[in-house]
Amino acid sequence: MSITYLEAIREAQARALAEDPRVFIYGQDVGAFGGAFKATKGLAQEFPGRVIDAPISEDAIVGLAVGAAIEGMRPIVEIQFADFSTVAFNQIVNQAATFFWRTNLPCPITVRLPCGGTLGSGPFHSQTMESVYAHYPGLIVLTPATVEDAYSMLLEAVAIDDPVIFCEHKLLYYHLKAETLPTEALPVGRARIAREGRHLTLVAYSAMVHEALAAADELKTEGWDIEVVDLRSVKPLDTDTVMASVARTGRLLCVGESWPWGGVTAEVITRVASEGFALLDAPPARLNAKDTPVPFHPNLWAAHRPTARSIAAAARKLLRQ
Amino acid sequence: MVQTVLDSGRVSDLSAIRGVYLKAFRIMLLARLLEEKLASLYRAGKMHGGVFIGRGQEALSVSIGLSLREGDIFAPLIRDQAGRLAFGEPLLDAVRTYFGSVLGPMRGRDGNVHRGRPRQGLLPMISHLGAMIAVVNGALLARRLKGIQGTVGVASVGDGATSTGAFHEALNQAAVERLPLVLVIANNQYAYSTPNSRQFACASLLDRARGYGVEGHGVDGTDLIECLRVVGQAIARARAGHGPQMVVAELLRLCGHGEHDPADYVDPQLKNSRLGRDCLKVAEEFLLEHGWADATSLAEWREETQRTVEEAIAQVQREPTPDPFKESWVALSSRHLCETHEEEVPNPGADI
Repeated sequence: MSITYLEAIREAQARALAEDPRVFIYGQDVGAFGGAFKATKGLAQEFPGRVIDAPISEDAIVGLAVGAAIEGMRPIVEIQFADFSTVAFNQIVNQAATFFWRTNLPCPITVRLPCGGTLGSGPFHSQTMESVYAHYPGLIVLTPATVEDAYSMLLEAVAIDDPVIFCEHKLLYYHLKAETLPTEALPVGRARIAREGRHLTLVAYSAMVHEALAAADELKTEGWDIEVVDLRSVKPLDTDTVMASVARTGRLLCVGESWPWGGVTAEVITRVASEGFALLDAPPARLNAKDTPVPFHPNLWAAHRPTARSIAAAARKLLRQ
Repeated sequence: MVQTVLDSGRVSDLSAIRGVYLKAFRIMLLARLLEEKLASLYRAGKMHGGVFIGRGQEALSVSIGLSLREGDIFAPLIRDQAGRLAFGEPLLDAVRTYFGSVLGPMRGRDGNVHRGRPRQGLLPMISHLGAMIAVVNGALLARRLKGIQGTVGVASVGDGATSTGAFHEALNQAAVERLPLVLVIANNQYAYSTPNSRQFACASLLDRARGYGVEGHGVDGTDLIECLRVVGQAIARARAGHGPQMVVAELLRLCGHGEHDPADYVDPQLKNSRLGRDCLKVAEEFLLEHGWADATSLAEWREETQRTVEEAIAQVQREPTPDPFKESWVALSSRHLCETHEEEVPNPGADI
C-alpha cells in the first residue's frame, strides 16, 4: 500500500477531526464535493456538519476562522489556490497575525495554501506565498516537502496555538508517495538533512527539495557530494541546522520557488553571511524563480522556476570558486 | 429586557421603560463626558495618537449594549464608547488603552479605540473597515458548532464600511449560514470627509438588506426610544432564529472623524436638520418633558459623572506605562516557535 502527499493531507485532516471536536474545515467546495484537489474527499460524509462549504469570499473565510478560533475552535481553512489568499491577506496578516500580540488570547487557525507551479497553470494558479507570509510577525509558515511531513506537520499545525500558513505544493500532490504514514516526526522548527554531503550545502524547501536532490544525484556522477537541507518550516527557520551544514561544506546555495526580491532564500543567505561568514569558502549563492509572473506555457514555466538542471549549473559555478 | 419591553412595535406604556431609559441616559452621559475629557486632553497634547469620539451616536450605540446579554458577541467600532460601557466594558479599559497603561487590556500594544476583551465577547477592532463582521460570524458559527443556542453577535459599522469588499463578503456569508448576526450601520452621512453621495448610489442603505436576503430595520439614530426599540427588536429577531438583521440608523456625526479633524466639510443644512439633533439633548428634553428628571437631578448626574471621569483619568495617569525592557517582544503564543533571538531580549517580560 502506498499513500500520496495529497492523501496524507486528507488523512491528517481526518485524524484531526476524529481526535479533536474543536476542529472543523471551512473553504470553497470542501464539503460533499471533497475540494478542488480532493484534499477533503469523504470528510463531509464522515464528519457531518464539520466540513463546511464557503461562498467565494476568501476575506470572510479567514475572518470567520479567526472568530471561531477566538471561541476556542481549531478551524482548518482551505484556500483553493495559494494565489487567492491575497484576497484574505488582510484577515491573515492584520487580524490573525496580530491577535495574540494585542489581546494575549491565542488565535489557532490553520490556513492551507495549495501552492506552487504545475503545468499550464499560469500566473494566478501557480504562486508560492511563503516569503510574503513569513515577513509578518505572528505567523508560522510551514512548507512540507515529503508525504511524511505533509501528514505530521499538518497535524502539528492544527495543534499549534498560533496562526499557521500551511504551504502544500500541488506538484507533489499525486506523484509523491510513501509506503505508510509516519508514527513520529521532527517537530516544527527543525530542518532535516535530506542528503548528506561534504562539498556544498543546498538549502531548499517544499517541491524544490526534490529538484535539489535530483541536482545532487547529477552532481554525484561528477564526483561532488552535495548536502541537501530541507528547511521544512520557513518560519521559524532552523538557522542552526543550516549553519552546521555550512560549517561542514563551506559552500551554500539556497533554492526557492518564490520570486527573487527578498524572501526565504535571501533570509537564509543573510543569516549565514552575518552569523557564519567565517564558515564560508565562497560567496553564498541563491536561486529563485525569475522576476516575472509565473508563465502559462510549459516551455516558459520550466525555465521560470529553478529545476534540477539549473540548480546543478548554479552549484557547479559555486563549486569552482 | 429592552426588547421584551419595546418589541411591540410601538411604545404604549412609557412607565415600563423608565428604568431602561434612565440607565441608557446615564451611560450616554458617561460616554459623552469621558470623550469630551479625552478630546480636551488631546487638544492639550497629552494623548498618544488620535482621539475618536462618538458624539451624536450615543443613543444608537447604547441601545446595542443594553440589548445584548452576557455571553453575546459585540464588535464595536470607533464611535461606540456608550455601547461598550452598556455591554459591560469597564470605564478604565477605555482610559487605560488611551494612555497605554500596562494594567489595561492592550498593555500599550494597541491604543485608543482598538481594545477589547475577546474572552467576554468584546472583540478588538482592527482599522480595516468591515473586517470585524466575518470575525463575529466565526464566533457565532463556533457557538453553533458547540451546540450553544441563543447567542447573538452585533457588528457595528459606519456608512463608509458598507463600500468595502469585507462588508459584502461577510454579510453574504452570514446570510448563507443564517447566523444570528445583527449588523448595525450608523449612517452618520460622512466617511471621514466623503459624503453619502460619493459613497453609494442606492436610495437608502436599507435597500441592501433585501439584496443579501436579510431583514432590514431603519431607525432615527437621534431618538433614544426609537433606537432602544428598533435595535432591541433586531437583536430579538436574530436571537429567535430569523437570521441576520441589518439596522440602518440615520444620524449625523457631531464631531470630526477624529479630534484632529475640524470637519468643516459638513453641510450646514444637515447640521440644522433633524439628523443634526444631539441625541443626548433630545433624551434630556424627553426626561424633563416626562418628569423623569428635573434640572437639579440632571445637573447632579452630570457633576457625579464628571467626577467619575476625572477620577478614572487621575488613577490611570498614575499607572505604569510600558517598559520596552520588560516587553517580551514575542508575537506568538507558542513561544518556543518564535524567531526572536533570545540575546536580543535582555529582560523578557513575565506577562505571557
